[in-house]
Amino acid sequence: MAQAASVKSVATRISTQADSKFQDAVAGWVFMAPAFLVIFVFLVLPMLAAVFFSLTNWNGIRPLFTGDGSFNAEAFEMVGLENYQRLLIEDGSRQQAFFTALKNTVYFVMGVVPVQTILALGLAVIVNQRWLKGKGFFRTAFYFPSISSSVVISLIFMFLFASNGIINQGIKAIFPSYENVTWLNDATGIIHALLGALGITRNTVGGWATTEVAGIPLWNWLSGPSVTMLMIMILNTWTTIGTMMVIFLSALQNIPGQVYEAATVDGASAGQTFRKITVPLLRPTTFFIITLGLIGTFQVFDQIYVISSGGPADTTLTIAYLVFRSGFDDQRMGLATATAIVLFIIIFIFTLIQRRITGGDKAI
Amino acid sequence: MGAVTFDQVGERSPFQKILGRVLPVVGYVVLIIAALTQIVPFVLTVANSFKCLPAVNAAPAAFLPLPPFGVACKTPEGETLSADATSSGLAFNPAVEGYQQVFQQNLGLWLVNSAIFSVVVMLLRLVLDSLAGYALARIKFPGSRLLFIGMLGTMMIPAIVLLIPRFIILRQLGMVNNYSGIIIPLMVDAFGIFLMKQFFETIPSDIEEAAQVDGANRFVMFFRVILPMATPALTALAIFSFQGMWNNFLDILIVVGGNQNLWNLPLGLSFLRGQSGEALVWNEFLAGSVVTTLPMAILFFMFQRYFVEGSTYSGLAGQ
Repeated sequence: MAQAASVKSVATRISTQADSKFQDAVAGWVFMAPAFLVIFVFLVLPMLAAVFFSLTNWNGIRPLFTGDGSFNAEAFEMVGLENYQRLLIEDGSRQQAFFTALKNTVYFVMGVVPVQTILALGLAVIVNQRWLKGKGFFRTAFYFPSISSSVVISLIFMFLFASNGIINQGIKAIFPSYENVTWLNDATGIIHALLGALGITRNTVGGWATTEVAGIPLWNWLSGPSVTMLMIMILNTWTTIGTMMVIFLSALQNIPGQVYEAATVDGASAGQTFRKITVPLLRPTTFFIITLGLIGTFQVFDQIYVISSGGPADTTLTIAYLVFRSGFDDQRMGLATATAIVLFIIIFIFTLIQRRITGGDKAI
Repeated sequence: MGAVTFDQVGERSPFQKILGRVLPVVGYVVLIIAALTQIVPFVLTVANSFKCLPAVNAAPAAFLPLPPFGVACKTPEGETLSADATSSGLAFNPAVEGYQQVFQQNLGLWLVNSAIFSVVVMLLRLVLDSLAGYALARIKFPGSRLLFIGMLGTMMIPAIVLLIPRFIILRQLGMVNNYSGIIIPLMVDAFGIFLMKQFFETIPSDIEEAAQVDGANRFVMFFRVILPMATPALTALAIFSFQGMWNNFLDILIVVGGNQNLWNLPLGLSFLRGQSGEALVWNEFLAGSVVTTLPMAILFFMFQRYFVEGSTYSGLAGQ
């Protein structure tokens, strides 16, 4: 009797356990369902579609489906790796456009990311000092620009850097001999300009300068960002250092005070403390900030769209802008998605390299 | 021990003493210059948005508003006043010409659209992100780990890669050039789910157990017990979403660029700039910029703590 009862109660227990397990499974999936659907349809599916369309020559106009809902076989052809070939290998206008955009984008990234990271860290270290009064004020002031829209910031910078604008007027007030720079429309590369000031020009450096690599003469590869691009780089740095400073600051505040006290007891100088304690402890944050910077700068688009549309002379044409231009202006969806995927791979590689350099792989 | 510490700190060389005096001064100078470069552009934006156009071009640096306020930029005969008539040195007479013009350009409609996109997306994300975040944090169900890893993976896809295929899918679904095309793809975001998951993991599980004993089912418990406890995380998520949508440009451009009635403020402003060609109507553009930034600025000063926390959270997400 007693045995039977206990067997029965075990059975019920098992069944209620199975029951609650089943209920949990249902509840879990019901809770997840809307999020899962949206992420699948608008993130995962597009990613797969990007890979697929990069292998086609679809122009984005011919309908993918016919009137009765069946697939329209004439919408596009599978062209294999042709789009990638035209971007990367085959001589021609597509290759030239891609490598121009790559050159501009890399100058942009290499200029902005180190500068914004170092400035943000420097400001955070100062704001974190014990003697500093008005921490709240400085944090607010630095953070404020990042709440504003990229379009608004672009308009403000166009206003400040206009040929008769405040920046030019200000420089002229300090250096009367200054000749106005047309910041918004100057294709001169700044490395070219600096070399030119030293008397080094395309004609004086020798024949190698005219050798073309990927449709672009070597001399032009070394142009540096154009003056207009430089202005957009300043804009980008200016907007992002606030947020990055705040992230650095909260990481600094998480370092226990005892660590510094111990270092002081051991007679470490301020410089030593910074190098041997602050920098290593900030490693994960630095890795994160640089990753954020790389992903953001490699995709720079809004500012280019508003300020320069890729000009002057394609010197602000970035890869992201090229994706937009080939897709929506040239109606080449296949080529545009291939460009985007190459960009994805480039960002991925850069992130891996910087993980090695900053030691992000060890820190996490 | 403590005495030793103080002694050692006390033994500073004269050089260190001077350094201790000089460093704070240098620090303040650097911070003040940096803060000025961040603030001055906004001050000049507001000042110039209230100038007559000739005064913007001739005296962009004038920032002191002097009476008479609300001057007319044209004579009764319709002639434009010269820059000297409304500005001198660093002072100017405020006018509302820029605001009048930009509101004639449909700014009101863009403002309404910005508000609709931001509020609707924010509310949907609050519900859907926290539902998903809760499931991932607290419910054991098959596939949950895989879902979580997959979701983290999607956070690494650059937006520009999704640009064209998302447009293609939206067009196939008939969602281009209407509200649904903006709202539905953005009503869930992986970062928000991650943020809510992290938060729910900090809630002690006895609270749920107590509620379960009372016979509450998961849904009732979630909305009655768990969600009200999540107010800090929800506030940070709300602000993060609102800000992202208010300033969204690329999605709006791609999805509703062809339908003027659905433009938001950033897209409208970029259109004004594009339309103007070489003749840039600065007081009008800057007035539009002020109208676009003002709601965010008000929110920022009301909820500053949560803005900063949102960024800090995103910093944690990276770790």
